[in-house]
Amino acid sequence: MTPELLEAGAEALHKHQHPNNAGESGGRAASYGRVVEPDQLDVTHGSILYLDDISVSFDGFKALNKLCLNIAVGEMRCIIGPNGAGKTTMMDVITGKTRPDAGTAYFGSTIDLLARRENEIAQIGIGRKFQKPTVFEQLSVFENLELALKADRRARASVFFRLKSEQLDRIGEMLKLIHLKDQAQRTAGLLSHGQKQWLEIGMLLMQDPKLLLLDEPVAGMTDEETERTAELFLSLEGAHSLVVVEHDMKFINELTTRGANADRKRVTVLHEGSVLAEGKLADVQSNEKVVEVYLGR
Amino acid sequence: MNTMSISSVLNMPPTPALTVPRSALGSKGWTAVAAAVVAVLVLAPVLNLLVSPDSAFHLSDYALALIGKIMCYAICALAMDLIWGYTGILSLGHGLFFALGGYAMGMYLMRQIGRDGSYHSDLPDFMVFLDWKQVPWHWMWSESFIGQAILVVLVPGLLAFVFGFFAFRSRIKGVYFSIITQAMTFAAMLLFFRNETGFGGNNGFTDFKRIMGIPIAQPSTRMVLFVLTGLTLIGFYLMARWLVNTKFGRVLQAIRDAESRVMFCGYNPLAYKLAIWTLSAVMCGIAGALYVPQVGIINPSEMSPASGIEIAIWAAVGGRATLIGPIIGAFFVNGAKSWFTVAFPEFWLYFLGALFILVTLFLPDGIVGGVKKLLNKNAEVKA
Repeated sequence: MTPELLEAGAEALHKHQHPNNAGESGGRAASYGRVVEPDQLDVTHGSILYLDDISVSFDGFKALNKLCLNIAVGEMRCIIGPNGAGKTTMMDVITGKTRPDAGTAYFGSTIDLLARRENEIAQIGIGRKFQKPTVFEQLSVFENLELALKADRRARASVFFRLKSEQLDRIGEMLKLIHLKDQAQRTAGLLSHGQKQWLEIGMLLMQDPKLLLLDEPVAGMTDEETERTAELFLSLEGAHSLVVVEHDMKFINELTTRGANADRKRVTVLHEGSVLAEGKLADVQSNEKVVEVYLGR
Repeated sequence: MNTMSISSVLNMPPTPALTVPRSALGSKGWTAVAAAVVAVLVLAPVLNLLVSPDSAFHLSDYALALIGKIMCYAICALAMDLIWGYTGILSLGHGLFFALGGYAMGMYLMRQIGRDGSYHSDLPDFMVFLDWKQVPWHWMWSESFIGQAILVVLVPGLLAFVFGFFAFRSRIKGVYFSIITQAMTFAAMLLFFRNETGFGGNNGFTDFKRIMGIPIAQPSTRMVLFVLTGLTLIGFYLMARWLVNTKFGRVLQAIRDAESRVMFCGYNPLAYKLAIWTLSAVMCGIAGALYVPQVGIINPSEMSPASGIEIAIWAAVGGRATLIGPIIGAFFVNGAKSWFTVAFPEFWLYFLGALFILVTLFLPDGIVGGVKKLLNKNAEVKA
């Protein structure tokens, strides 16, 4: 018996005697004997969002047709597709705004998204940015971020809410991150389109979501702002999972060809409510079906 | 939340704009509130009761009654501002909550008449007239002031809560909400017009004699009611001012500006809307209860659809989402109405109509908004 083997044997015995330490996956204990906790995100199976066979129709028009999508923890997934492909409807389904006619949608492996309301889904960690920037126009930039800050959402708690100094620091950091520090006391309605987009992204991040859904985040931004947005998103990757819907191919290119695991990043093409192609950006772009859809027959 | 801590984080000098929305009331504001308290508590009683009627400074009984009445209206306008100006929900049913509060108080006043009515019966006159032998079940607390005072709060509050719960849960918004509140008011008016409902039919309640055993028409009683109304108005104003400056108040404004964003931030708008809606209804109920003993009559016309619209007009004329604006609006519109009806009895409706057109055209943000704009312009010219 070599010392290595002895050591390995001792380790095996220890693991056998302490089954809870047998191995960890996704920061959680191993998969047997585990209790499902309500509202607790469970990503031990490596997937944060799982859509299966989702169908939505509006007056006979099939906005989504048996859509399947699987997003991994920490993944950045770009979704492209022509107008009317169902990108926004997909986000509506995930965030609880639209109830699908059929299908299943899970956040992690235990949370059924279809059984919850919008505000509950937001609270368990899915943040959404709208296509048209939506901020609270009459409130200041600072107050916008303050409302988005992670805190007790109940009405009574809001009446007696006092901002703590660490929360104030967090808002200060966020103002710096979204380049609105000098505009903190400005009314949000007076910001430029691009600044409103940034503010909305900042509000999303204040909620500290696990999964971010970003619907055309760089629409109306200057080239420089787009560049900075790409940088911001790349810095979020890993700690957060991101789903980005965009038309701007330069921006998509930027997001998928840079960052830590650039070689593994995939792009999904939606068409007529279902997935047309999925893979690396270069592969997708050379895909015959995709070219056909984008350029017309 | 003080301004020092924000600016220390942001490392920049605090701008004047930063202090105004954050503090509930500035030193000027508190001075104005103190002046209002003095006016109600000292000035009005002295000028009315102590100064001789021949003096130019004498406050006539007519003026006192008018101001008392308008202060009740101002409470309604303030309540309207919370739900419409701050939360963006236009209610045309506030006339109903006002009337319900008034009726609850009126029931107590009817029983206080005792045997002094024309039929010399223990029952209110209209019940004798209908040949009822005893008071109906919903009059069971009517002999107790406390009991009816509870109903003043409970009835409008409960109705608003139940109605609001279903309406907000079904996500009824905008003009649809306004229409169903209007319909509810109309339905209630028809119900109260009927004799068998037990609220005096189209005559309502009147001919009150006493309140808590004290003659209701004597000057000192009227003065106490006036002072109570004034203090209630000031108290409600301070409460509203505090409330809109909390995070709760900012969530209300956020609901007004972008309700979907509020939901996707994790807030449930239902709870917020329901809370402010119910509070607003209760404020109107209390205003109604203060109104009835001063005016001496309550009948179903208080629930007419026009009354709810009028409350909205006061708020709009004064300036929405300013709190002080609707109070000013209530005084301005009702004051103008009183003056026009005396000075030009045949034309006052035209004057009133012209007033609304002018305000809509030239002061879209109401009187307070117009004054603010003017002050800003002056400040710019000086700078």
